[in-house]
Amino acid sequence: MPDAGTRPSARPGTRLLWPALALPGMAWIALLFILPLYVVLAIVFGRMDPVFRTPLPVWNPLAWDFSQFTFVLERIVGEGGYFGPALARTGVYVLVASSLCVLIAYPVAYYTARYARRKALLLTLLIAPFWISYMMRMLAWVNLLQDDGLVNQALSFGGLFPGDVNWLDGRSSTVVLGLVYGYVPYMILPLYAGLDRIPAPVLEAARDLGASRWEAFRRVTLRLSRPAIVAGVLLTSLPMLGDYFTSDLLSGSPRTSMAGNLINSSVQTPGQTGQAGAFVLIVLLVALVPMLLYIRTVRDPSAVRS
Amino acid sequence: MNRRSGHGFLALVTGAYLLWSLLPVLIAVLFSFNDSRSRTSWQGFSLRWYFGDPERSVWYDDSLQTALVHTLRLGVLTTLIVVPLGVALALGLDRWRGRLPAGANFAVLFAFVLPEILLAVALLFVVTTLVTPLQLGLSAQVAGLVTFQLSYPVIIVRARLVTIGPQYEEAAVDLGASPLAAVRRVLLPMLAPAILASAVLVFADVIDDFVIVRYLSGDAATEPTSVKIYNSARAAPTPALNALASLMLAAALLAVAVGFGVYRYLTRGQRTDTQELLV
Repeated sequence: MPDAGTRPSARPGTRLLWPALALPGMAWIALLFILPLYVVLAIVFGRMDPVFRTPLPVWNPLAWDFSQFTFVLERIVGEGGYFGPALARTGVYVLVASSLCVLIAYPVAYYTARYARRKALLLTLLIAPFWISYMMRMLAWVNLLQDDGLVNQALSFGGLFPGDVNWLDGRSSTVVLGLVYGYVPYMILPLYAGLDRIPAPVLEAARDLGASRWEAFRRVTLRLSRPAIVAGVLLTSLPMLGDYFTSDLLSGSPRTSMAGNLINSSVQTPGQTGQAGAFVLIVLLVALVPMLLYIRTVRDPSAVRS
Repeated sequence: MNRRSGHGFLALVTGAYLLWSLLPVLIAVLFSFNDSRSRTSWQGFSLRWYFGDPERSVWYDDSLQTALVHTLRLGVLTTLIVVPLGVALALGLDRWRGRLPAGANFAVLFAFVLPEILLAVALLFVVTTLVTPLQLGLSAQVAGLVTFQLSYPVIIVRARLVTIGPQYEEAAVDLGASPLAAVRRVLLPMLAPAILASAVLVFADVIDDFVIVRYLSGDAATEPTSVKIYNSARAAPTPALNALASLMLAAALLAVAVGFGVYRYLTRGQRTDTQELLV
């Protein structure tokens, strides 16, 4: 007769059940997530077949050869560092695009959380971009921004502007707008979740104690929503770090290429596998701190669940 | 008075945002019904780019049709693998204490925020430099997608497990059920809404995936719609490309609508937590 006080996890059957359930998934992660990341290291720090120009991975970390990695590093910071501009540009684009995302997403999320009357409908519309593929959303803008597209037609309609802007011929502004358009939904949802959680009585208390509306917003709402802003910025800027298709579709010019474009073009060039791996490693290192930061906010139950 | 004007402005911003966010896509869908080749000037309604045109419509253009079928195949296969694998992993990680499960949990969250291109290149290296059963094409694509999507069911199911708590299965075990039976007959039915939500999310996300499926595609026959759009968006495409994209959009919306209907049915009588569907 089982004792009502014992927890089931103390039983031998249960002790084995949980590991048995977790094991297939853990094996999958080990083989197809951890191992591949190690393969990247083995290729970056490996050698290249001099004849076939194929990578020869070196599995033993003690025998790693750093020449491919330093080759890439020298071309980032050195005199003729032709990788440098793309990486710097990535930083600027991500910074500008993420800031614009906050500026757009915050009022929208704030309105939805606080004032919206038909909240369910509004939320459905705000989530809709998640169900529309990124490529289709970019295709939509490619259509609109054609030389004879609707944007130019609309501009020339009033006769105010000539309406002959070549939007798609390598403009930073077009690419940044594409990034904002593509990723801003990822900002709105965590912001909404964070703002929705702020109890109204806290704000009322601030007002009762004499804070002006602006002060109550600045010192209560804004401060309490800070973890949500951080989560949103991370959720939008991390994928931007590896984005190459936005620049490809909306510009196609090397003048707007980003870190993702460096990875993409070297992956597809035979003999540059090690270089592609080095770019992957660099982006991974840059993304590491934001990634860990995001994981911490997700794990912390008091912060935003996203 | 002051209050009204304050949120009138916010309402305006929200409305403008929605217009900006959805109108371009609606226009793209509209032009898939255009009666001419143009994607910029409207010439009247027609279905020629869906099946009217005997050469270039989605129905008759083999490459477009292949892409459509392949995308749906990837969506179904990945969802079928990822959901059971992820649900079992979520259950195991939630109840099994120790270093190893904690590490696995970290890896799942890490995979969730890792920029997709990094995983895609890493998997491409594995498939091209190691001898594995994976081949560029369907098998590598599904393997990659499962890895990338695994965190969805794990995160969603674990969030639900926290609200369920351990008492139900403890009661079942105390009443004589084996631990496995307690999971199967008590926990799984309670998790059904969360499992369904993650299946819908995974399916809709997979049919929209681009980065992983592009690097791991073997040839033109294993290029899904997203890659087709990427390849031809700047190369003077016909509205058939819009039609293809619109069909994918319809598939995703259909999956979400069906999923939402079933979700409502499963959670009838309960306080529904919209947050859960949003993730």
